[in-house]
Amino acid sequence: MTVNTGDVSKKTQKMSDLIYKYMRPEHLPHIWCPGCGNGIIMRDVAQAIENLGLSRNQTIIVSGIGCSSRAAGYMDFNTIHTTHGRALAFATGIKLANPELEVIVIAGDGDLAAIGGNHLIHAARRNIGLTVVCMNNNIYGMTGGQYSPTTPTGEFGTTAPYGNLDRSFDIAGLAYGAGASYAARGSAYHVQQTVSLIQEGIRNRGFSIIDVASVCPTYYGRKNKKGSAVDMLKWQRDNAVTPEQAAKMTPEELHGKLVIGLLHHTQYPEFTYQYNELIERLAKEREDHE
Amino acid sequence: MGKIVLMQGNEACVEGAIAAGMRFYAGYPITPSTEIAERSALRLPQVGGKFIQMEDEIGSIACAIGASVAGVKAMTATSGPGFSLKQENLGYACLAEIPLVVVDVQRQGPSTGMATSPSQGDVMMARWGTHGDHPMITLSPSSVKECYDLVIRAFNLSEKYRTPVIFLMDEIVGHLREGMEITPEDEIEIVNRPTVLYPDPKRKPYQMKKGQLVPKMAPFGKGQRYNITGLIHDESGFPTNSNAEAEKLLHRLMHKISDNYEDIVQTEEVGMEDAEVAIFCYGGTMRAAMSAMEEARAKGIKCGIFRPVTIWPFPEKELRKAAGKLKKIIVAEHNYGQLLLEVQRVAGSMCEIEFVGKYNGSVITPEEILEKAVNSK
Amino acid sequence: MSSSKELIMNRDWCKGCGICAAFCPKHALEIVNGKVQRSEGSTCVLCGQCELRCPDYAIYIAETEGEKEQWVKSY
Repeated sequence: MTVNTGDVSKKTQKMSDLIYKYMRPEHLPHIWCPGCGNGIIMRDVAQAIENLGLSRNQTIIVSGIGCSSRAAGYMDFNTIHTTHGRALAFATGIKLANPELEVIVIAGDGDLAAIGGNHLIHAARRNIGLTVVCMNNNIYGMTGGQYSPTTPTGEFGTTAPYGNLDRSFDIAGLAYGAGASYAARGSAYHVQQTVSLIQEGIRNRGFSIIDVASVCPTYYGRKNKKGSAVDMLKWQRDNAVTPEQAAKMTPEELHGKLVIGLLHHTQYPEFTYQYNELIERLAKEREDHE
Repeated sequence: MGKIVLMQGNEACVEGAIAAGMRFYAGYPITPSTEIAERSALRLPQVGGKFIQMEDEIGSIACAIGASVAGVKAMTATSGPGFSLKQENLGYACLAEIPLVVVDVQRQGPSTGMATSPSQGDVMMARWGTHGDHPMITLSPSSVKECYDLVIRAFNLSEKYRTPVIFLMDEIVGHLREGMEITPEDEIEIVNRPTVLYPDPKRKPYQMKKGQLVPKMAPFGKGQRYNITGLIHDESGFPTNSNAEAEKLLHRLMHKISDNYEDIVQTEEVGMEDAEVAIFCYGGTMRAAMSAMEEARAKGIKCGIFRPVTIWPFPEKELRKAAGKLKKIIVAEHNYGQLLLEVQRVAGSMCEIEFVGKYNGSVITPEEILEKAVNSK
Repeated sequence: MSSSKELIMNRDWCKGCGICAAFCPKHALEIVNGKVQRSEGSTCVLCGQCELRCPDYAIYIAETEGEKEQWVKSY
């Protein structure tokens, strides 16, 4: 390992090299509750970036508003903490303006699929080169435990005191149906797998979404008597099925299961690449014309 | 002598923006501004720029801000209904200090209103549409040529002060097609945002020397890694709950504009040297005012025109100076009385104020203004 | 010469959630007064399962401090 000068955040605390390199130690420990899965998932993103050797100066982390979206502030990249639901629209602007940048969006289930739903399906339809890591904890955590578009029917939130009447979204399926070229689901428990799913999502040239089942012991867990963070992680371990297994299971058997793994991967043309091609074509036409 | 072209206001707005260095447009179709999106889609890839039609107006302004954060001069255009949708992110650009030009080609409102009819009913929204105290610059063109030249100034101000600028057009000017001379390139001044590339890593993005008001920030991907947020933040760009920091930030953001009043505010005064009666108008209303002034002068009435080119900040000093010599100001605008309130606030105690308002989708006629000027004997 | 590794705990950052203790295959960890510590008489095999799952980065496997050059964050 070489020693580089220009140290910024001194190692004031004992921390792993990965955390020291990819996080902003001066802002740790983070605000997430004890046992919240978001911290685990944020580390997965850092691990995926380390495995790919991405340049921190050329990687942009875009987040919306909510518990998950505080991740941008903790990670040592070009980070932008945008408005609620609009992370993907901001990210589209950054990516299209400078396609060489690696743009990663970290957002929650409410931020991405409720208020941000319109931008989710259109960014996916466009197949623009973004990697979306959804910290999906089935609840609005920051605002104190309201149910979200991924809260299962019948379950509780402060705004579903009698049980949620809605049916919930499969965010990965929704994005794939809208045109995303890569859709996967990971979980806070399945760390190694989630790291590789994020890694492959980043490598995919197009719109990649990794719907990561997080755990919210404070609100979702307590409101729905799911036990502690440990119990919720154990539930993920014991109820995960692979897409291959899921394909052979009946809807009843699949009910309540967590399908973990690469769900869909198709190669579509990537938006910013096509746009650059358009610019080059017009430039060439102009030269031939002159 | 620049090239003479026949052009529509909306098209001139795009050509001027390109001349100013705009290389990114994100928008969504809405009458009467759609031609701006269409022209951008056609022209931007020709000049190495990028156009994207987003899924709605909220996405459009967010996308434009994102491009600006990546270091590209960006623009988005809309009309009333879309302008309403863009307000939250407009506030984000104010707070995070991201240069951006937002064009609002006003149409009869409220709500869906009359899409193809002119109005100036968004004037107060341009200033106070987004929540919370915030700085705002708004310019209003009154001819196709001014759509070209003034949008360049909008970009320059937005870059110089790292703040969004509202380019407040109306359907009259937007859809008007007339001959204009394209200002030669070498006569155009281009201003670029205060920026710093590959700075010392310890430098904070919003750090400024004493008395400085506008931060130097690196474009994303060009060196310094830093954080941008819509939360009240300190010099380091990270959220803070400190009331002292919040006060310092808000104070600076407001003073960024108010301290530079002279540089930002522009007015046009026609025939005001000996005027006793002045028509206060802006944007497309200027055309009717010019005819009314000429007809009043023909009737021996010393009539002039006071036109704010900069709507926000409101040209208080210039109006107060002019009002001192006037018997009457006739405020003519296509709404129920919006800048009228500012004129009354600034000059109400100095001279008589009359109002010619049109809020039914039709256009104020010279006669309607003339009538107020004539019976003021 | 393989550098020797050790389990390091940062009790300032530990929020006592118990995830590391629950998933440690050797039951080498426990939460006492809201902070992680090694269980009496247990053996840690440095498998790193705790580091993978710690939401607060308060426990990790590192080469013994003195062994390697200190990597300093750069720009």
